[in-house]
Amino acid sequence: MAEIQLENISKRFEDGTEAVKDISLTIDDGEFFILLGPSGCGKSTLLNIIVGLETATTGDVRVDGRVINDLDPKDRNMAMVFQSYAIYPHMTVGDNLAFPLKLAGMDKEERDKRVTRAADILELGDMLHRMPRSLSGGQRQRVAMGRAIVRQPDAFLLDEPLSNLDAKLRNQMRGEIANLHEQLQTTMVYVTHDQTEAITLGQRLAVLRRGRLQQVGSPRELYNTPANLFVAGFIGFPSMNFFPGRVENGRLQLPVLEDTIDLGDNGTDLNSGQEVVVGLRPEHLALAEDDNEAVLVVEVALVEWLGADAYVHFTCKHGGEEEPRLGQLADNEEKEKKGGKKITGIVKLDPSHRLSRGDALNLRVATDRLHIFDPESGRCLFRSSQEE
Amino acid sequence: MKPQLPRTDHLWWSAGSLLAVCYALTPIAWIVSLSLKHPGDLGDNRFWPQRITFEHYRAIFADAQFPAALMNSLGIALISTLLAVTIAMFAAYAVVRINFSGRRLFLALALAIAMFPPVSIIGPLFNMWRLVGLYDTWPGLILPYITLTLPLAIWTLAAFFREIPWDLDKAARVDGATAFQAFTKVIIPLVAPGVFSAAILVFIFAWNDFLFALSLTSTNDARTVPAAIAFFTGSSRFEQPTGSIAAAAVVVTIPLVIVVLIFQRRIVAGLTAGAVKG
Repeated sequence: MAEIQLENISKRFEDGTEAVKDISLTIDDGEFFILLGPSGCGKSTLLNIIVGLETATTGDVRVDGRVINDLDPKDRNMAMVFQSYAIYPHMTVGDNLAFPLKLAGMDKEERDKRVTRAADILELGDMLHRMPRSLSGGQRQRVAMGRAIVRQPDAFLLDEPLSNLDAKLRNQMRGEIANLHEQLQTTMVYVTHDQTEAITLGQRLAVLRRGRLQQVGSPRELYNTPANLFVAGFIGFPSMNFFPGRVENGRLQLPVLEDTIDLGDNGTDLNSGQEVVVGLRPEHLALAEDDNEAVLVVEVALVEWLGADAYVHFTCKHGGEEEPRLGQLADNEEKEKKGGKKITGIVKLDPSHRLSRGDALNLRVATDRLHIFDPESGRCLFRSSQEE
Repeated sequence: MKPQLPRTDHLWWSAGSLLAVCYALTPIAWIVSLSLKHPGDLGDNRFWPQRITFEHYRAIFADAQFPAALMNSLGIALISTLLAVTIAMFAAYAVVRINFSGRRLFLALALAIAMFPPVSIIGPLFNMWRLVGLYDTWPGLILPYITLTLPLAIWTLAAFFREIPWDLDKAARVDGATAFQAFTKVIIPLVAPGVFSAAILVFIFAWNDFLFALSLTSTNDARTVPAAIAFFTGSSRFEQPTGSIAAAAVVVTIPLVIVVLIFQRRIVAGLTAGAVKG
C-alpha cells in the first residue's frame, strides 16, 4: 500500500529534449490513477521515474512521505507491466511468475503457494509449465499481470498494457484489470493514450501534453469541466466541436449561427470584444424544431452509422470566412491539413434518421452546455453548463 | 514448415550438397587414410590403406612431446576462450546498452585490431615476451589469442545483444534484480547462442594457430599441437614422419569436431521468440 507523491518532477534527456516539465501529483493509496496523453507526452517517462528506471533531472518522488529518488528499482517494491509484456522467454510461465519471488529469496513452499494463487486469479493454472512462445497475446498479457501480482507490491505500474491486444480482448482485459484492482485494492498507475480506457478504468486521471500536466481529476470532472482546449478535445468521443466566436456585451456571437447567445449573468465577466473558441460536445447538438433559437445550419459531409448511434460529420453553411484560430487544440495539425475555410463538426444523432451526404440539416445548439476558451492560452474562460 | 520442393529441385540440391561435402571432406579422409597406413605403404598413392595399423597413433603418444603439446593446446585454447568470451560479453553489453561517448570509435577500433596482420606484430612480441618473461609460457600465448579474437567476439555478441528487447532487463530490475542479476539471469541465457558462437570462433582460432605458437614457444612447456607437429621427426633420419603427422592431425581435429557438434545444437535462432508481442 502506498501513496505516491511527485513534486516538481522534470526530466531532460541528454540530447536536450524535455520529456517532463515540472509535474506535481499525488496518487492516493489504493487509487486507480491514469496518466493519459498522446504519444510523446512524457507519460511513460513519468512512469519510469516512479518505478526508478529513469531518474528525474529535478524534483522528488515520495512514497508514503519518504523520498525515494535514489532508491534502486529493486528496492521500491513496485511491480510493472510493460507494453511489450517483457516475459522472460527462456523460462516457463511458472518460472516467470516465481522469478521476482526467487530474487526476493523466498523459500520454495511459499513461492509455490503464491504462484498458484496468482495463477488462479488470472486463470493461468494449466499453463504454468508452458513456454511463453506457445502462448497467445492475451495469455502473455495475463502472465505479465501475474508476475506483477505475485509479489504483492506496494503499487502496480502499467504501461499501456492493452495496446497490443485486439479490440475484443482489450475490452475483456480492461474488465479484468478493473476487477483485479477491486480485489487487491492496491495503488495502480496506468499509462494509456486511449481515452476510452482511461475514463472507464480510472478513478482519477492526469492529462499530459508535451511533458506538461494539463488537468487532474475524475473522468466526470474532465468531461464536464475541461480546464483547457486540449483536455476538452482529448476527452470524449467523438471529440468536442470547436467554433470561433466573439463575446460582445455578455452575448456570444458565433459566425456559424444567425442568432447571438445570451451568456446569462456570469457572462458579463467576460471582456467585451474578446475573441473566443466555443466548444460543444457532439451529444449536445440535436435536430432543431421550428421554434428553436440558436440553430446551426449545416450540410452533411459523412455519416458514420454505428447501430446504436450515428455520428454525422457536417460542414457549416455560415461563417468560416476567417481561419478559425484553434492553436491550442489537440488535433490542430490535422485541422490545419484540411485547410478548408469551412467550419466542420460532428453531431451524434439517432440512427433512425436516414441521412446522406449533401443533406441540409438544422441543428439546435444546447446553449447551457457551452465551453468558452481563450484561443491564445487555451484556458477555459467560461462554461454555461452547471454540471460538475 | 519446410517448403515443398519439386522433385528435380530436390535432386539438384542433394547433388550440390553431396559435391560440397565431398570437396570439403576428401583431404580429411586422405589424412585419416594416411594415419592408418602401414609405414611401408605410405607412398603407394592409394586412397584406401591396404593394411590398417595404429602404429602411428601409438608412436605419437609414446613420445613425450605430443601429449604435452595436446595438454598445452587444450589448456591454452580453453582459457583463451573463457577469458575472451567473458570480456567480450561485458564489452558487447556495454556497447549496446550504455550510451557512452566514443562508442562507435570503440567498435571501429575493435574492428581495426581484427584486421591487423598478426605477422607484423610477431617480431616485436617475441622481443617483448623475452624481456618480460612471457616467452614460452601459457600466458604468452593466451594474451595474443585473447587480443586478436576479442574484436570478433565483441561484434558477434553485440549483434546478439541488439536482438534482446530492452524491456526484459528493465522488467528484471523492477522484479527485484540487481543490474548484475538482470545480466546473468535474464540477458545471458537469452544470448546463449551468441555466446556459443563466439566461443567456437575463439576456440578454433586458438586451437588452429600456428604462427604465434611457433614463434613464441621453444619447449614442451607451452608449445601447442600445430607447432609441435612441425617438430616431428621420423623414427630414423631417412624416414619422413608422414604417418605421425597424419595421426597427430587426426587427433587434434577430433576435439574440434566434438566442440562444434556440441555447440551447434545450442546455436539455434529463435530462442527469444515469445519475449514480446508477436
